[in-house]
Amino acid sequence: MNGPVGWVGLAVSLLLVAAAAGISWWQQLGLHRQILIAATRALAQLLLVGAALTLIISPGRSIWWSWLWVAAMLGYASVVARRRAPEVPHLLPLALASFAAAAVVTLGVLFGLHVFPLTGRTLVPIAGMMVGNSMTATVLAGRRLTDELRDKRDEVEARLALGQASRQAATPYVRAALRAALTPQIETTKATGLVFLPGAMTGLILAGTAPLQAVLVQAVVMFLVLAATATTTVVIALGLIRRLFTPDHRLVYLATAADH
Amino acid sequence: MGERPAVAFELERVTVQRAGRRILDELTATIPAAGITVVSGPSGAGKTTLLRLCNRLEVPDAGIIYYRGQPLDELDPLVLRRRVGMVFQRPTPFPGTVADNLAVARPDAGTGELSTALDRVALDPGLLGQEARTLSGGELQRMCLARTLVTQPETLLLDEPTSALDAQPKQVFEATARHLADQGITIVWVTHDDAQATRVADRIYQLRGGHLTGIPAEEVRP
Repeated sequence: MNGPVGWVGLAVSLLLVAAAAGISWWQQLGLHRQILIAATRALAQLLLVGAALTLIISPGRSIWWSWLWVAAMLGYASVVARRRAPEVPHLLPLALASFAAAAVVTLGVLFGLHVFPLTGRTLVPIAGMMVGNSMTATVLAGRRLTDELRDKRDEVEARLALGQASRQAATPYVRAALRAALTPQIETTKATGLVFLPGAMTGLILAGTAPLQAVLVQAVVMFLVLAATATTTVVIALGLIRRLFTPDHRLVYLATAADH
Repeated sequence: MGERPAVAFELERVTVQRAGRRILDELTATIPAAGITVVSGPSGAGKTTLLRLCNRLEVPDAGIIYYRGQPLDELDPLVLRRRVGMVFQRPTPFPGTVADNLAVARPDAGTGELSTALDRVALDPGLLGQEARTLSGGELQRMCLARTLVTQPETLLLDEPTSALDAQPKQVFEATARHLADQGITIVWVTHDDAQATRVADRIYQLRGGHLTGIPAEEVRP
């Protein structure tokens, strides 16, 4: 095994899991079983993904395998988003469309303008970063917009009753939802390097990359995540508006999360 | 100006079903264009639904509604809603000043037009710069009425607009509505307050069990 961590190192690091489980046992939290299961599951999943990635991005393998992997990631992330926010109508197809749009924008810039060379080794992790980070924002935007339109139904209908088109009547609530979904990412971007060292950079430095090189990669990843969250949330919000209003500008009935 | 049609709304076997319950059951009725028509009845009788149908915030499951002779579903809903304004039971101020609120109805309206709108509902035009949410309940409801008037509607649908108001602001609102009706605006006023119905109505219809009753014979069809 290459890199600073070997199998022995990994085994030793399990002591840390034992420490967490030990604390749970000592304080009678009843969480030690869950901690052990979570750690085992995470390790198994990572090893599986590692094995799959090794196969997919090994030299000489067609890049189409990597694209297939990316497509599967987009599909799976959409299913997870749907499961997290069942009260948001039509979230599965909308999430799929929004991740696809974000993929076109971000992968288009990074590979089309040769920031990274297009190989399986670059494509899969970059797409993974893009999807993983924008999923939370997608769920947040979809949920917030649905909540706003449901809770402020009186206000929305008062706007419609004045002859505003549905898109126009929804504008203040779309803005609120987009702000709510994007603000955490902007705050994270601002605090990067001062408050915390992001995962990609930490990983690169630990794996032996020069810090400056790691910083450049991290900066690109941050910008990628920023663009991806902005793209996915705006696609979700505008797509939802089309689904939450009828063609004759009526607001459809909206269920609450408790109804699901 | 051409001759004004005498009928505002005509409903033909209109049925509305929500959650398995028939709120309106093959309702057939005619609402005249002149004056104030009050629709009264117990809560849950479908009064609000009836108004929402007329503004097309809802559509019936069966039946046809005509507005001045034209089927509602053949009219552009955005145009219809400007011709047929609606004031809701609870005042719905938007964020910002009174002027901001009125401008939602017509962004190109000048200060003069906005002042006139306030004047028509007996509000001081000096309130234009005030935060809408700081107005009293009665002022707020009249601001909502003024906001609707900015679209220059021919018809006003009032859904229990004074139910949250004290006696004095209630009286001011009623007088304002009467004044508007005298200026030629058709008013359909939903209330469960019988005393108010008697005070403001030119005619009173009762909505009970999904049917409209008490329509004076001479009013059914001119």
